[in-house]
Amino acid sequence: MIQIHCPYCGETLPELEFAYAGEAHIERPLSPSEQSDEQWAEFLFLRENVKGPHFERWRHLHGCGRFFNAVRNTITDRFYITYKAGEPRPDLATLLEEDK
Amino acid sequence: MSKHISSLAPSVVVDTAAARVAVSQLIGRISLRARGDLAAVGNAIGVALPTKIGTCAKADGIEVACLGPDEWTLLVSLNQIEKVEDALAALYPSLPHSMTEVTGREVTFTIEGPQAVDLLSIATPRDIASIKVGEARRTLFDGATVVLWRDAETSFRMDVWNSFAPFLATTLETGAKELAAELA
Ligand SMILES: [Zn+2]
Repeated sequence: MIQIHCPYCGETLPELEFAYAGEAHIERPLSPSEQSDEQWAEFLFLRENVKGPHFERWRHLHGCGRFFNAVRNTITDRFYITYKAGEPRPDLATLLEEDK
Repeated sequence: MSKHISSLAPSVVVDTAAARVAVSQLIGRISLRARGDLAAVGNAIGVALPTKIGTCAKADGIEVACLGPDEWTLLVSLNQIEKVEDALAALYPSLPHSMTEVTGREVTFTIEGPQAVDLLSIATPRDIASIKVGEARRTLFDGATVVLWRDAETSFRMDVWNSFAPFLATTLETGAKELAAELA
């Protein structure tokens, strides 16, 4: 079973307490009515579908209840980092370097 | 087969050499969400809100567990519910928050005995040892979200939403009997 570190609880806990919540750092356009259909479709539906390190959201569903972000390798399931929602996107090159 | 809902009045679910599980007496419950001046909330209810997730605080007639960064559950004796609600409601103008009485939402199981930890481990993915005596956590038990309070090394309380309670009671009963059978 995967162990996931919740940045709010400060504990590393079994995957079963968490729920995956899709790609992270997708910002809702401030004025949707000014978006073209293509732009709106891209916001709603198009995702990176990364093979490798992926910025994604998780929720500590059966715990503190909070959404947070993570960088997980979609091939190996390795979590490089988890961080609180609203915090800046960490630099991937630095993360991968630290993980060596 | 699940236990019939009407059987979850205060009663003993199972009592074996391994563990004893019982349904507790009705107690007042308040769900509180707040940010900002938490000291004011503490003053109002008469016990300082713990701010580290999983930690608890206790005062006369009230018990508080911090479940999330801005979420607490308050257990109060039935005759104190109104007093605590009024104290919190008085804070609304200066400190907007969310307070909901959820007394009827849950029942509490007490789980104690030499193998209480083993019994919980049959359906909790989290390591029970990570919950220290005097702490509480929202976690998972046999697929249902529960709040688990550790009162002593081998004494726990488990707050369970009503609709899951008969099912979880059956899990606890089966587990306690199997653990006792291993002892025999
Ligand atoms: Zn958490």
